[in-house]
Amino acid sequence: MTAGLKRRQAGWRYRANVALRVLAGTVGAYLVAALMAAMLARTLPMSRVEAVTNATMIAYLVAPATTIWAFLARGPWRALAGVALAAGVLALIIWLAGPPA
Amino acid sequence: MSAPLTMVRDGVRQCMAWLHGWAGLLLGHILFIMCLTGTLTVFKPEISRWMRPETVATASPSDAILAAAHWLERNTTGSTGWYLTAPDGRANTVEASYDSNGQYLAQALDPLTGTPVLRETLGGELFYRLHFELELPYPWGRLLASLAAMMMLVALVTGIIAHKRIFKDIFTFRPSKGQRSWLDGHNALGVLALPFHIMITFTGLLTLASLNLPWAIVSAYGEDVATLYADLTPGSVTRAATGQKMPLTRLAPMLATAQRHFGDTPIGRVYIFNPGDKGAVVTVYPSDADAIGYMPGEISFDGVTGKTLKIWTEARPGIRAYQTIYGLHMARFAPSLTRWLYFLGGTMLTLAIASGMVLWTVKRRERVPQSVGNRILERLNVGVLTGAPLGAVAFLLANRLLPLGIAARAEAEVSVALWTAGAAVLAGLILPPTIGWPSLLGLLAIACLSAALLGPIWAGGLVMATINLMLLATASGLLAVALRQRRPKHPPLPARRRTVTA
Repeated sequence: MTAGLKRRQAGWRYRANVALRVLAGTVGAYLVAALMAAMLARTLPMSRVEAVTNATMIAYLVAPATTIWAFLARGPWRALAGVALAAGVLALIIWLAGPPA
Repeated sequence: MSAPLTMVRDGVRQCMAWLHGWAGLLLGHILFIMCLTGTLTVFKPEISRWMRPETVATASPSDAILAAAHWLERNTTGSTGWYLTAPDGRANTVEASYDSNGQYLAQALDPLTGTPVLRETLGGELFYRLHFELELPYPWGRLLASLAAMMMLVALVTGIIAHKRIFKDIFTFRPSKGQRSWLDGHNALGVLALPFHIMITFTGLLTLASLNLPWAIVSAYGEDVATLYADLTPGSVTRAATGQKMPLTRLAPMLATAQRHFGDTPIGRVYIFNPGDKGAVVTVYPSDADAIGYMPGEISFDGVTGKTLKIWTEARPGIRAYQTIYGLHMARFAPSLTRWLYFLGGTMLTLAIASGMVLWTVKRRERVPQSVGNRILERLNVGVLTGAPLGAVAFLLANRLLPLGIAARAEAEVSVALWTAGAAVLAGLILPPTIGWPSLLGLLAIACLSAALLGPIWAGGLVMATINLMLLATASGLLAVALRQRRPKHPPLPARRRTVTA
């Protein structure tokens, strides 16, 4: 480990960076997965109960992908904004789709 | 200074390695316990047989169910349900869950007499429950297990991305080189069975889906749980108890009808709802030992008249997909060879987690001064990585040593297991790791050896003999490791402390 990296790691900027990404990668990732499950359950073209099982299975793949992306995004704010954007779009679709009859 | 650092590490691979480390570390000890007990659960019926050596009789699924129902009829009052799992080629007892006088009970019943077996024990069931509930109250144990599984999934995927040469790692092992060897071992264990690791983690998460990701259900059904349940299992018959007493009619004809309907698949489970009431319902499920998909159908009868109420075979692709994923995790379908591969895969994942935890501390040992956190972690590793298996073997020893017929014997066995594991964790924290590792590993080896000898080793039967041999093999492997660590510390160990490894 270089001395420069070590010094940077001790700073508050680095700590804030990690904290924000952890927030995006945990709470954010779960939020996106939950909304993805909710969105697919309402929109998948199949019977209600089958849409629920398929939606749940797909949503599990979204969570780790979001977590990883949160740590690969160019900056911590970008990570948070990306998660918020995805959550917003999903929430909008859920709202537009409305509860199944 | 260079441009402001925006990633937590420079470079994608370094970043992923960092995430891999933390995701694996934070709940690593929980994951180790889950993987260890999950691996043992692959042989749950066999472990239960080992733990009930007096019960050797076998009976056909129908006969065993009839015997069990006969005993339950005379020994329960005011039950809302008897849930019976029939014996198959592997388990030889009827697993019965039921309530009587408002008390919830679980017993293994003798296949011939239907009475509770002589040696009161949870058997392999303990490992099964530990695997996903961690002996914690509902729902916290399951939620913690879900969280750990989610971290495992992240650790697996980041582990892959962080890798340069997946294929080469399978064949790379450089022993006795400190950190290098741990890394090689960790990589080989992780990579060799990688598809299994990903499959078992993903399917494991899904088995607890209704608890850890219920949002598809909420979104599509809202509060309407009744409709969800009806949609999910259209074959089920729900009837409330009437309060009017009526004896249960003969079960044998119903089981025969069900068997004819299932064809070659034997009867797997029989649920009897509201026995002794006018509203009694008997539901029969085929065995899940023949198909990957869990619960492919059911047939229900009126418990008083014996008339067939509903026959249902599950064929909806969306539900079958979920059941298949569930079945893949439970591995009840698996023929003998596949089961051993599950066991091997599980063992490798367990060891991959353990080696990863050790690697974390080995990697940071050269740092002077070592942080308090890493020092505690190093000792916690000793205690948990040896304590969990020690608890498991103590459970087997308690099964042989506790006198038969004492009150709450099954609970006493579990207490022995948990207190042993707890004591090991404490010992690991107190002893310096250089003493803690060899002594606890040595103790574990002796415990495995004793369990095999108490088996008793000469006891007949392939199942008993195989488990005893596995215990012996584990004992000798552990003994070799423990003795290796006891060797006087010449060059390699001190060198690792201060000088920088090449």
